[in-house]
Amino acid sequence: MIENLIDVALLVFLVILAITIVRIRDLFAAGMMFAIYSLLSSALFAVLDAGDVALTEAAVGAGISTLLVLACLALVRRYEHPTGGHNLIALIVVLITGALLVYATLDLPEFGAADNPAQVHVGPFYIENTYPDMGIPNMVAAVLASYRSIDTMGEVFVVFAAALAVYALLSVRPHKNMPGVRRRPVKRLKSPRQAEADPPVAGKEQAP
Amino acid sequence: MMDNGILRVVARFIIPYILLVGLYVQFHGEYMPGGGFQAGIVFAAGWILFVLIYGLDRGLEVIPLEVMYRLCAGGALLYAFTGLVGVLLGGKYLEFAPFFESRHAAHQTGIIIVEFGVGLTVATVAMLLFTLFTRRRAEWDEALEQNEDTET
Repeated sequence: MIENLIDVALLVFLVILAITIVRIRDLFAAGMMFAIYSLLSSALFAVLDAGDVALTEAAVGAGISTLLVLACLALVRRYEHPTGGHNLIALIVVLITGALLVYATLDLPEFGAADNPAQVHVGPFYIENTYPDMGIPNMVAAVLASYRSIDTMGEVFVVFAAALAVYALLSVRPHKNMPGVRRRPVKRLKSPRQAEADPPVAGKEQAP
Repeated sequence: MMDNGILRVVARFIIPYILLVGLYVQFHGEYMPGGGFQAGIVFAAGWILFVLIYGLDRGLEVIPLEVMYRLCAGGALLYAFTGLVGVLLGGKYLEFAPFFESRHAAHQTGIIIVEFGVGLTVATVAMLLFTLFTRRRAEWDEALEQNEDTET
């Protein structure tokens, strides 16, 4: 009962955060909201007893992703360009997709039931064989590093490839004759509200 | 942020513990939630906090860029070559069982080496991405300044 209550509270927070992130125009605040979103998801995984996933989500999602987003924000404008009006087609597409997904959840097996595919497929093999095979209690580590070792090697090379891609993009020092350097790429922007509050310099046009 | 006393004192106190937690998650991953990926990120986070407080130049004195390039490739290669050791000893690629007589010891050794490779790559890649992104701003401003100098 209390677990259900925690789940519902966390999920409600997630929905509120998601709506906030969509509505917000300040990208710095949006980055912070994403960090909170990851932290709440991590709490949700912890409630589900998925310790490894919770730790990863907290470290990668809430920690390093936020840092990288902030590092990116040092290079771009802080406020999203305001777009006027509403995109009705997008709303319809999203509503239909959401309705279909909710409809699909009706076919999901009952949460935690003993005859779930997750409980009867390869799960029992790992549960029975991990300790006799390896002598270590953490099955997730055993599956990642030994049973599914080649998958993990692929992941490591994906991480390495990400570093290569960023290196290829950002390692060239900008010099004065590069096309983009001509004009100042990023102004220290004020928020739209501040910009409205500051009156444009009025004296200049009227000056004789 | 060098001049903010509170930040500097708190960071100096907390950075060793962050690095220690990183190592703990790395080498204790078989007994509790954790492993190379998480440990690498936590370790990198400690270094990034150091950079945020003491500046990028001091951070790069601790771990130079050259070392990062080598380690991020080295971690991935350590993983791949550990697999080859299994082949040389008469098993399949990435099979740890032929390492030692004892089945448990062989698997545990293999997992620890492989996870160390993962941690090495993930930590250095996170540091590298952060360095490249933060350095960009300063480089860009420098190029702009040169440009303005030539125009005037």
